[in-house]
Order: sequence, then C-alpha cells, then structure tokens
Amino acid sequence: MIQDWQTQLVQLVLVLVLAPLLSGVTRKIKSRLLRRRGPSVFQPYRDILKLIRKETVIADNASWLFRTTPYVIFATTWLAAALIPTFAAGLAFSAAADVIVIVALLGTARFFLALAGLDIGTSFGGIGSSREMMFASLAEPAMLLVVFTVSLFAGSTQLSSISAHMTGPAVGLNISLALALVALVIVAIAENARIPVDNPATHLELTMVHEAMILEYSGRHLALIEAAASMKLLLYVSLVACIFTPWGTTVAGSDALAYFIGLGAYALKLLAFGFALVLFETAIAKMRVFRVPEFLSVALMLGLLGAILLFISRVP
Amino acid sequence: MTPFETDMAHLLAGSMVLVSFLLLYQDRMFALLNIFALHAWVLAFSVGWQAYLQHAPHLFITALIALVFKGVFIPVALHRIVVRLGIHRTIDTVVSAGPTMLFGMALVALSIVVMLPVTEAAGAFVREDLAFALSIVLLGLLMMVTRRNAVSQVIGFMSLENGLVLAATGARGMPLVVEISVAFSVLIAFIVIGIFLFRIRERFDSVDVRALDMSRGESA
Repeated sequence: MIQDWQTQLVQLVLVLVLAPLLSGVTRKIKSRLLRRRGPSVFQPYRDILKLIRKETVIADNASWLFRTTPYVIFATTWLAAALIPTFAAGLAFSAAADVIVIVALLGTARFFLALAGLDIGTSFGGIGSSREMMFASLAEPAMLLVVFTVSLFAGSTQLSSISAHMTGPAVGLNISLALALVALVIVAIAENARIPVDNPATHLELTMVHEAMILEYSGRHLALIEAAASMKLLLYVSLVACIFTPWGTTVAGSDALAYFIGLGAYALKLLAFGFALVLFETAIAKMRVFRVPEFLSVALMLGLLGAILLFISRVP
Repeated sequence: MTPFETDMAHLLAGSMVLVSFLLLYQDRMFALLNIFALHAWVLAFSVGWQAYLQHAPHLFITALIALVFKGVFIPVALHRIVVRLGIHRTIDTVVSAGPTMLFGMALVALSIVVMLPVTEAAGAFVREDLAFALSIVLLGLLMMVTRRNAVSQVIGFMSLENGLVLAATGARGMPLVVEISVAFSVLIAFIVIGIFLFRIRERFDSVDVRALDMSRGESA
C-alpha cells in the first residue's frame, strides 16, 4: 500500500520533470536530421522558467474563464499523465481511474482550451477553436474505439491489467491490435499538433490550430499551457508504450533493482518513440486543413475495423 | 497448429480486408493499381502460408499464379492501358470516401454475422477465413458500385476474385484444376475487359460508364 503511494508520487514528479525534456530531445533530433545544430535539449525548461518570470498580459474583455483555463488544462493533463503506468505498475490511483477516465480528462482540457480561444473574441482564437473541435469530433471517437478494442482484448479497462495481459504468454500477433496501434498513433499525432496535422514550430495564421487558440496567452499562463502541451506528448508516448510495448515495466511489489530496470526501460522507450516520431515528421509534408478530417477518419475506421475483427479472432 | 501459425494466417487474411479498404479509399489511378498489386501479394502470401499449414503443395501453385498474374502481370498491363487511354490524372468517386468506408464497415460486420452461425460445424480457423473472404468479396462489389471509371470497376472485380481464391484455400480440398481454370478465366475476363475499355473509349471518348447509360436512353 505504501509502496503504491510512493510509486504514484514518483510518477507524478517524473511526468512533470521529464515532459519538457522529451520535447527538447525531439526538437534536437529533428534539427540534427535537418542538418541544423538546434537548441540544447534543456531549452524547453529555460523557456518555461522565463515565461513564469515574465509579466502576464490579459486582454481587456477576457473573462474569468480565460484566466482559469491554463490551470485547468495543466491540472487535468498532469493527472491524466500520472495515471498511466510508465515505469512501474501498481499505482495508487489506478484502482479508481481507468483509460476511459484519461480520455475524459483530456476531453475536459480540450473543452476549456476551445472555450478560452473563443472567450477573448479574436478571429484567430475562433478559427483555432472551431478547427480543434472539428478534429476532436473524429479523434475522440477513434481514441475510444482503440480503448474498446484493447479493453475487449485484455478483458479490462485498467491500464495496469492491460499492460500485464500484454506481457503474458498468450498474446501473439493479432490484426486487431495492429489496427489499434496504427489508429492510436494517428490520434496521437493529431492531438499533439504534430506535422501532418499542425506544425508546432510555426505561427503561420492560416494553418495553425493549437497555436491559434493560445495566441493571446502570455507569461505564467503560457508557461502552464506549454508545460501541459509537452506533458500531453509524453502522455501519448507513454500510453502507446504501456499498451503495445509493456516489456521491462516493473511489477508491483518488486525490489529496488526492478524499479531501476523499469526506469531505464521507460527512458529507452521514450527515446525510441521520440526518434520514430521525428523521423515520420521529417519525411512527410503538412496536410491541408481540410484533408485532416480524412486522415482522422482513417483512424476512426481502423479502430472500428479492429473492434469488429476482434469477434473472429482468437482472444486468449 | 501452434498459436503462432494460426495468428499469422489470421493476420494475413485480415490484412487483405484492410487492403480492400485501402482500395475503396484510394481515388487516384496509379495508386489504385499499386494497391491492387499489394492486394494480390498479400493474397499470395496468405495462400502460401495456408499451403505450408495444410501441407498442400498444389496451393503453392495457386499462390504463384496469384503472385505472377495478379501481382505483376495485370497491374503492369492496366498501368499501360491507363497511360494509353490518357486517364492517369483523373480522380473518380461517386460517393466520397467517408460514407463508402462506413458502408464497407457495415458489410464486414454483415459478413461476420452471416458467416459465423452458418459455419457452426466447421473449425474456428475455417470460419474466420470464410468470414474474411466474404467481406473481401462484398467490398469488391461495393467498389464496383461506387466507381464510375471502367478501370476502377475492373479493379473492383479483380479484388472480388481475390476474395474467392481466399475462400477456396480456406475450405480444404479445392482441386488444382478448378484453381487453374478460375485463374485463367480471370485472365480471359481481363483481356475481354481490356478490349472493351478501348471500344468504350473509341465510341464515347471516355471510359466513364455514365456514357453507356446515356446511349441506352436511361438518363439525359
């Protein structure tokens, strides 16, 4: 019991501390692939610290919604990230919260961000919010279908039980799992505003979605939103790692050495997935905004197909 | 059979359903032909794996026929026809990708619902295979219905036939003579269709099959 709480506490701190590093590492790898030197991997920390120290400017007609939204987004994203068994199973919260809760927490964050985009009444914020909702209306059902497929397969919606089931000897190649993996990766790319959907590095008005909504934020509010955005990337990478590559994750009630192995395995997985993401981003061009719903409907379709095919699969 | 062998067969047959969906999604000519070639390759691997599992050497010949004729010969020939007809830049869809996909999904669900109770007596493995094969056949039919361009319709027909071959390999005991005659009848159908494409084109200056409706006086 005490060990569960300790693990949970380490996990809470770990996702908070590690998230900007993951963003920094992906940016660094991307720069190197484009033959640029790129900023240091610790640059995201410096950005966030600098933003916290800066003055916060708020538009005259902004309501309380605009001021509270950064805190809501940060809190829900942090909580959602802390619910995923990243390096060790047996988290204290895992009994109360399953993967559907994670989807709901992310949905809450998105809802508030879209409201804040509309709140200040600039046209860019409105465009961003409307596009975000357009994508979300496809990405969220796709995500839930992936969750259903994996849960039906593993017989549980608890991430720790799913993870334990996946390491079991009975699980082999399965077409439904392959489809779910591809669908989850597509959803993750869209949700984190990565390249084929949105470009995280530009402020070009006509193409941006996420940046358009947070255009009016500054100072500590922006710092919180940036931290939440990097945490969201970490969350999706951890989710994919936890469901599809659960090897090396520490089982609850192990000794100290097992926890170190779990941490090492987690770091390796983050690095590998970060590299794969950057490789994909460098190889592909950004889509037109109105092509994105087609891209996301592929994820929806794959999730649905995976769930249907599960009925004629050998479910161990 | 070990679990791995079953899983592998399942994965290959399931991938064929997935590639059928890719065919439905794709509306550009050359990409369509490439995906059709991929469909035939996956079929060949699937049949080859079945041949290995069932210790049925004649199925290897079926796999080889699929690989050579449908995986290489027909796509290359269609490629040349498309270039000669000058339609390689046309995009054709009657219904947009989204609704077609959803309809296709309903067809997959339907084939599972129909196949599983009917084949109660057969082994689990054969049942899965038949359900996959039926969904590939239905998706091929759907493709023929939703496309206007005659070349896309030919591809729908060929992918339908791939589904039939998959069904035949799943149900053990299909004689080689039947397999070969099916393969050749498809080849002959392909030649006839190829000639037809040029005839349609000669007469109507287009391979859009709406032109045929007009000549029958069905719609203005």
